[in-house]
Amino acid sequence: MSGAAIEIALGPLLFNWSAERIADFYAAVAEESDLDRVYLGEVVCGKREPFISGPLAEAADRLARAGKTVVWSTLALPATPRDRRGIAQMAAGEGLVEINDISALAHRPLGAPFVAGPLLNIYNEAAARELMTRGCVRLCPNVELSLPAIGRLAQACPGLEIELFAYGRLPLALSGRCYHARVQGLHKDSCQLVCDRDPDGLAVRTLEGQDFLAVNGVQTLSHGVQTADLPIADLRAAGIGALRLSPHTGDMLKVIAAFRGFSQGRLSPQDLAAQVREAGPPGPLVNGYLHGRAGVDWAPAS
Amino acid sequence: MGSIELVCPAGSPAMLRAAIEAGADSVYCGLRDETNARNFPGLNFSPAEMKAAVAWAHDRGAKVLVAVNTFARAGGVDAWRASVDSAAVAGADAIIVADLGVLAYAHAQHPGLRLHLSVQAAAGTAEAIAFYAQAYGVKRVVLPRVLSAPEIAALVRQTDVEVEAFVYGGLCVMAEGRCALSSYATGKSPNLTGVCSPPDSVSLEETDGLLTPRLGGFMIDQVAPGAAAGYPTLCKGRFEAEGTASHLFEDPTSLNAMALLAELRTAGVRAVKIEGRQRGKAYVARVAAAFRAALDALDRGETTAPYEARLTGLAEGGRETAGAYRKTWR
Repeated sequence: MSGAAIEIALGPLLFNWSAERIADFYAAVAEESDLDRVYLGEVVCGKREPFISGPLAEAADRLARAGKTVVWSTLALPATPRDRRGIAQMAAGEGLVEINDISALAHRPLGAPFVAGPLLNIYNEAAARELMTRGCVRLCPNVELSLPAIGRLAQACPGLEIELFAYGRLPLALSGRCYHARVQGLHKDSCQLVCDRDPDGLAVRTLEGQDFLAVNGVQTLSHGVQTADLPIADLRAAGIGALRLSPHTGDMLKVIAAFRGFSQGRLSPQDLAAQVREAGPPGPLVNGYLHGRAGVDWAPAS
Repeated sequence: MGSIELVCPAGSPAMLRAAIEAGADSVYCGLRDETNARNFPGLNFSPAEMKAAVAWAHDRGAKVLVAVNTFARAGGVDAWRASVDSAAVAGADAIIVADLGVLAYAHAQHPGLRLHLSVQAAAGTAEAIAFYAQAYGVKRVVLPRVLSAPEIAALVRQTDVEVEAFVYGGLCVMAEGRCALSSYATGKSPNLTGVCSPPDSVSLEETDGLLTPRLGGFMIDQVAPGAAAGYPTLCKGRFEAEGTASHLFEDPTSLNAMALLAELRTAGVRAVKIEGRQRGKAYVARVAAAFRAALDALDRGETTAPYEARLTGLAEGGRETAGAYRKTWR
């Protein structure tokens, strides 16, 4: 395991981007980036799905033609019968899927391979083994877990691939309530999809103007941008087999290239952080969770 | 249509007795460690206290449900298995669990022990509930507080598993168990350590005549002296977005769904739950008595209206809401 290359994966787009932006983004990813796997699918809000399903299907074709593995991701908090049907349909298919809500397991054929996404609550080896008996081949652990905790989990689950949430605003919470709508004085059912105004989420500051969080429809993310700048040997030792980069504005191709270089040992943790900053992330870099601290903390590699 | 079971919180043996004496059909409680989601200093039960409490409750015809409802620590799952064993030894009527690994252990090792799915598992669809029932024999699900009353009715029609719904107390605005806001600011969260917005990360400062509660250093609110400054739970704070300061996530309100009891009963909800293991025996005695009176009124075919004002002033933050049970909340 320690000699194998660490994969680079692009997580599902969490934000409500326009069809044009989605098409341009994945065209560039397909043709100009060096990565192994791309997750596609609406994870946050089923109301967006009709508007993006076309562009995502085209992106899937394009990415597959470019040799990238495409994995479809399910919704994380199904809220309507239509949401539930969408999850059922995706889970019942034969291809590899990423599951983000337990309801998908009711429809997944036993033993059919799946990825357990970071929005599932898998915090320990006993829970991970439960999913492995049902077909789970890869786990992207919940972002709250420290690297040592992930290492203990991985060690107790031989054969389970571990994908670390390595770049992007941290997905912190899901709600039945839409905060984008609430800020605009709208109701979720008549939200006018106002979340499309904020391609990295809507800034939430404290009353003294300190940047803190970002809201994205029913989801709340961190303002800080997770950057897994730990020594690559430490990541390998913890059993990390893939690094997940979450799409944002800014130069994602540069972020992807930086993590590829880092995973291959060509870029030091310091160089990685410097390159990521140059790519225009939507907030300051954070990595506290990986060190077992508050997620907002930043402990630069020494 | 049978009576609805009234499930009340017990943060201590004294609170357990107060709840049952005031009319609770069941109480829920936890062991004094990180395996339950109210891991606050001075709360909860030792294994011996729990055993005595179960015996006391059973003598009075009441049930004890033991919450082992945090997510087990990687490399430390044995502590959660030990809590399951302690609950079984104490004679608990059921355990309330969220973690897949803990469910699997309880199902395999204690096949006679009834399993309830914790609200921390946030199982809000018939499919998720069916999975837990088939895989682990879960008999009851505590619903996440994101569903409206009509949605609960639809859900009950689609499942054979008993449904329990929160009707009073603190209100999570996020899907329970799927919120890391507290750990982002402080390093501790309900899922990791059984605490939200932990007291040791709270500070209160007074400058220029203003009172400022902080959590992990982040300003959660700012109020004039004398104004009500609630405990700085992160999601109940005031923040700025688009140039406007507001209670962005949730107003400092507390759930009171007494007026919806009849609707929940008609929907087929089997049990209703009161939040607040951290709030003491006077609190639970008053809330349990009010809900007992309301449920008894329903059983007699009467309305709950006479009892709906009984809890005024008791809510955290002083204000009440029916929360997600009314669809306009979203």
